[in-house]
Amino acid sequence: MPCGLFFSGYEKDDAIFKTVWLKVWMVLFVLFLLTYPLYAQAVSEAVGMNTLNLFNLIFIYIVGAHGLNLLTGFTGQISLGHGAFMGVGAYTAGILANLGVPFWAALPAAGLMTAAVGMIFGIPSLRLKGLYLAIATMAAQFILIYAMRNWEGLTGGSSGLIVEPASIFGISFDNDFNFYYLSLLFAAAATMYLKNITRTRTGRAFVAVRDRYLAAEVIGVNLFKYRILSFGISSFMVGMAGGLWAFYITIISDEHFTMWLSVQYLAMVIVGGLGHVLGSIFGVVFMVVLPEVLRIPTEALSGVFPDISSIFASLRELVFGLVVILFLIFEPDGMAARWHTIRAYWKLWPFSY
Amino acid sequence: MSAGVSLAEKSAKTSVSEPPILQVEDLHLRFGGLNALSGVSFNVSNGHIQAIIGPNGAGKTCILNCICRFYQPYRGRIVFEGVDISKVSTHRVAELGIARSFQNIELFKGMTVLDNIKLGRHVHMKSGFFSGGLYLGKAKKEEMRVRTEIEEQIIDLLEIEAIRKQVVGTLPYGLQKRVELARALAMKPKILLLDEPMAGMNLEETEDMARFILDVNDEWGVTVVLIEHDMGVVMDISDRVVVLDFGTKIAEGSPKEVSTNPHVIEAYLGSEAAAHSKLGL
Repeated sequence: MPCGLFFSGYEKDDAIFKTVWLKVWMVLFVLFLLTYPLYAQAVSEAVGMNTLNLFNLIFIYIVGAHGLNLLTGFTGQISLGHGAFMGVGAYTAGILANLGVPFWAALPAAGLMTAAVGMIFGIPSLRLKGLYLAIATMAAQFILIYAMRNWEGLTGGSSGLIVEPASIFGISFDNDFNFYYLSLLFAAAATMYLKNITRTRTGRAFVAVRDRYLAAEVIGVNLFKYRILSFGISSFMVGMAGGLWAFYITIISDEHFTMWLSVQYLAMVIVGGLGHVLGSIFGVVFMVVLPEVLRIPTEALSGVFPDISSIFASLRELVFGLVVILFLIFEPDGMAARWHTIRAYWKLWPFSY
Repeated sequence: MSAGVSLAEKSAKTSVSEPPILQVEDLHLRFGGLNALSGVSFNVSNGHIQAIIGPNGAGKTCILNCICRFYQPYRGRIVFEGVDISKVSTHRVAELGIARSFQNIELFKGMTVLDNIKLGRHVHMKSGFFSGGLYLGKAKKEEMRVRTEIEEQIIDLLEIEAIRKQVVGTLPYGLQKRVELARALAMKPKILLLDEPMAGMNLEETEDMARFILDVNDEWGVTVVLIEHDMGVVMDISDRVVVLDFGTKIAEGSPKEVSTNPHVIEAYLGSEAAAHSKLGL
């Protein structure tokens, strides 16, 4: 029975998965994710929803939520424009794909385009903080949506843009099964990237800018560079998510990328845990799965009381809002903080002295 | 508290005739109608511990803020190692080798002690957002090298091994001050500007801090500029003292010269006449 974790080298101490058991659990988790589509059919029928579709949405949103978490959670800069930034990525990917650009080039291009747009709208962050920056980025949201809706020659306007499904080496990602592995790959890569950047020089500089920007400047952190860089990386990730979304949904219109999506992204990282890599994952799972789960009892009740079924439909949204509020009251640091508490409790159970 | 450096060594340090590492020349700073600094000049010799003392509001911290480029003086220059730094941007000052601590602790509260100290190494590290995000090869090696250096040189010196994994915001005041010194040391500074490092400390903590400052000065050869109200400490560890009052320099010299200077006594205790009139004599 170990009475603590003791390491004999700095490298071991800095490892992400420090113990054998953590590694074992991680391998099992990865195996589960890799094999899930094989029995997704059975699970979906049992719970009465398309779980593979849910997983795909979760993976896409994880890429974007990691981006927003880097900006808001780690660098401390709020953005209400990430919904539109995702749209920029989606349209860039869609337009390029329709021009015949292959998927492997169109997706990074979507990321880069969004990064450029995000960095431009991030310039006010040098002077603005908190609510003021929220309003400034909200302006970005409305400007971009306006462009998407009215620049019909490029975006197809309100009738939307049809995108061919992605294909690499002749494998078409036009179904949930194939797309699952594609989006899983990107979600995993985004998670690894966020984890790594936050434990190296750049990530520490971001947190320094968040916690004490004056002290950060004194130790040599270039505030302007790191604020804009944070906007750039964050927009790149959310642009990639938008690109994936475009290839997954295959028809995009500006209605997907409204203010509501920006707020949803923000809710994901806040409920999940700002400034925790796991936070964005928990937040996305929570925000995507909860409405689906709430659908089961409300639909059942609607069957019993068909006359007042409309009330139950809105009840779902009410419960959803209530759960988010309760989370903010009882666990303001998000689900990731609660996860750490639970883990700390079990670490050396039953002799946790 | 006996200083680690003997008097003979101190006089030896003074006699070396090399250009001063830091020259403050005729510094004028104004906030609206208030003259915070009006023509302060002094030199800091390489390897010295130089104290800046003076009553509250004398402009001591203003000088440090001018050196760190938070404030822009409207007249005067600051020359560091022969280079005028009056136009250098704030974040570049760190690269030149100037580190400082703050009167009110300015640590990154949400991070661990280790991460705070690692941040001090920021300008000496290379990994960017791409290599750092991959955490392969060079970036990983650099992280490990910095961690080793910090552990062996700084954490060991300042005796904070036990708290290195703790989040800074949860630590007591005295330890936070020590972590701030550690972060400044991680910058590999040539000159260390310490703004009241002993403020609010008990006797034991004060003695520890004085010992650390002497160690750093002695073993690393770092020049120290120290603002401090604890006269015992100032007189014990500093090689030279500058006294400010109302934004002007009223005295400069060795601790002994300064402590017997009538202007200094007046600034601290008031003139004899004023004292008498207050007492109604």
